[in-house]
Amino acid sequence: MELLVEGPQGPAAAYAYTGGKAFDAALPCVVFVHGALHDHSDWTLLARWCAHHGHGVLAVDLPGHGRSGGAPLASVEALAEWLLALLDAAGVERATLVGHSMGSLIALEAAARAPQRVRALVMIGTAYPMKVSDALLSTAREAPLRAIDMVNAFSHSGIAAKPSFPGPGTWLHGADRALMRRLQADQTALNLFHHDFSVCDRYSGGLQAAPGVACPVTFILGARDQMTLAKHTGEFAQALRAQVRRVNAGHALMSEAPDAVLAALRCALA
Amino acid sequence: MAAPRSLQFDTLSLHAGQRPDPVTGARAVPIYFTTSFVFRDADHAAALFNMERGGHVYSRISNPTNAVLEERVAALEGGVGAIATASGQAALHLAVATIAGAGSHIVASRALYGGSHNLLSYPLPRFGIETTFVAPRDLAAWKKAIRPNTRFLFGETLGNPGLDVLDIPSVAAIAHEHGLPLMVDSTFTTPWLMKPFDHGADLLFHSATKFLSGHGTVIGGVLVDSGRFDWHAAHARHGRFGELAQPYDGFHGMVFSEESTVGAFLLRARREGLRDFGACMSPHTAWLILQGIETLPLRMARHIENTRKVVAFLAAHPMVAGVAYPELESHLSHALARQLLPRGCGSVFSFDLRGSRKQGVAFIEALKIFSHLANVGDCRSLVIHPASTTHFRMDDAALAQAGITAGTIRLSIGLEDADDLIDDLRRALKIAEKAGA
Repeated sequence: MELLVEGPQGPAAAYAYTGGKAFDAALPCVVFVHGALHDHSDWTLLARWCAHHGHGVLAVDLPGHGRSGGAPLASVEALAEWLLALLDAAGVERATLVGHSMGSLIALEAAARAPQRVRALVMIGTAYPMKVSDALLSTAREAPLRAIDMVNAFSHSGIAAKPSFPGPGTWLHGADRALMRRLQADQTALNLFHHDFSVCDRYSGGLQAAPGVACPVTFILGARDQMTLAKHTGEFAQALRAQVRRVNAGHALMSEAPDAVLAALRCALA
Repeated sequence: MAAPRSLQFDTLSLHAGQRPDPVTGARAVPIYFTTSFVFRDADHAAALFNMERGGHVYSRISNPTNAVLEERVAALEGGVGAIATASGQAALHLAVATIAGAGSHIVASRALYGGSHNLLSYPLPRFGIETTFVAPRDLAAWKKAIRPNTRFLFGETLGNPGLDVLDIPSVAAIAHEHGLPLMVDSTFTTPWLMKPFDHGADLLFHSATKFLSGHGTVIGGVLVDSGRFDWHAAHARHGRFGELAQPYDGFHGMVFSEESTVGAFLLRARREGLRDFGACMSPHTAWLILQGIETLPLRMARHIENTRKVVAFLAAHPMVAGVAYPELESHLSHALARQLLPRGCGSVFSFDLRGSRKQGVAFIEALKIFSHLANVGDCRSLVIHPASTTHFRMDDAALAQAGITAGTIRLSIGLEDADDLIDDLRRALKIAEKAGA
């Protein structure tokens, strides 16, 4: 689904995957927000399930990612404003926001800025602060393809996760690597890997945003996540009064444990 | 935190795509001999059919044993995923059927396995799919053959029968310049000798019957996607790939390139190709091929070591007019082989025996260790005399056009002691010499 979304540089085309059904703004809306150097295809199974179980679904490509136009936005705050503008463009008054990693911070910030518009907040593979090591940032700047391999190895908890994503026969490490390489190559204006990881690293508004969130919050965390460590989630979860659900996966939760994430999401949507 | 390293080839050969069975603890890959998989409830069933959940439904479309093989080959090739098929021929057909239809066109290397050549030349035109064959080294011919309805370019990493090394970087560049993918048959090289995706190929397949299985026991194929070709962008530019970038009535109006940014090809190949054409692999076959892949690095090293010794012996023998092996400076692909195949050029090659067809037959019949049969890539050494078998209907002129002489012998070097292989060849060459007297 193509939308025209107001951004800091004016309106730009934005893409949202609607889960295999035409989007209906009258249905309870679930918005999925991907993480750094990813796109809507992270959400295929969850989005299809929601779309075929009574929800209107918008799995967005963030500006400058995948099929969405415009320049990548420089901060979590700017991306949160863009997300709210996307709701306007889609004619959505209230929605459940579901974000992964960087996307979880964007969803949080949007929920804090417009609490009346967010029915529930689901933060997957989240942590605060979402600091990125100097080594990874410098590798991202100088050798992004090597940095992609580093992140890929960090993000997967094992050498096989069944039944794989989106289905059997997919080599998850290879699919994630190919997706990140595609997004990196397609964004010719800047080094998207370095940009996105810098956005995560710079975000300092998490604890300030927390009191502004009025809706129920769920954390879905990978028990073996090496990217967003458990030691960075306790205080954060407390500040958001979040219900914490852990699944047996690394940072790539939606592909390593899609059924467990769906089960946790269904509880949050109930 | 120390940066993790990606696992390397030998480790992936043993582990990729598998974890110990969570129910039984089985360490080796179990064979899931079941046609179908029980749904937990009606909603689970509907969700599996509608791709709201991942999982297995029916073994024609996917099976847990096959999935290990698929992930393992994809891991070794650097791809996003794979599909196991009933044979290498079925893998080629599945690729064609996924992105081509009546009115489509393919550009293919002329130096192809006979089975591939047959499929492209005879049955596919009957279904409205034409192929233009080009000399693999003639880059201008590849470019010139591309038409508005061309769907992909196709060649073999090591072409039949002369082992022309496909200039993958150059042919891929031509394909991409025209918004097309390049597919290669990687059977002769295996990912141990070359990873075509690293050089620009977009799709590849194996006859897993050969080196991947390695023991001459089963027939199977594997089709692998690099995930690098952007079907959505290519369709937007040229309108060629509606199969992947437009709603498909056969699967709930699914647009495969929306569902998966990097896996659209495999989604359609599985959801349509396996479902509707049905050329799936048996789980038992998948298991046997997995057994082979576990030792692929060890076997390939030995195949190459033995081949180099046999090639050196034959190249120096007075009864041998020539040996077509790209590691030899005399071979037209020698420079390209050094660039693309530094670990070796496989263990299948041809040589020309001096003399008549009768002497060729005498040579073959005198061999004791080499088995006379129509296969390659076995752990046992194999031999065939094309002029008296696969090409026996051709006269000498027709053979010459196919790059074959009356004395051409094709060998597939196995894992025996190289000295025993050389002794066998030496004795048979002596008998062939006497047969010409």
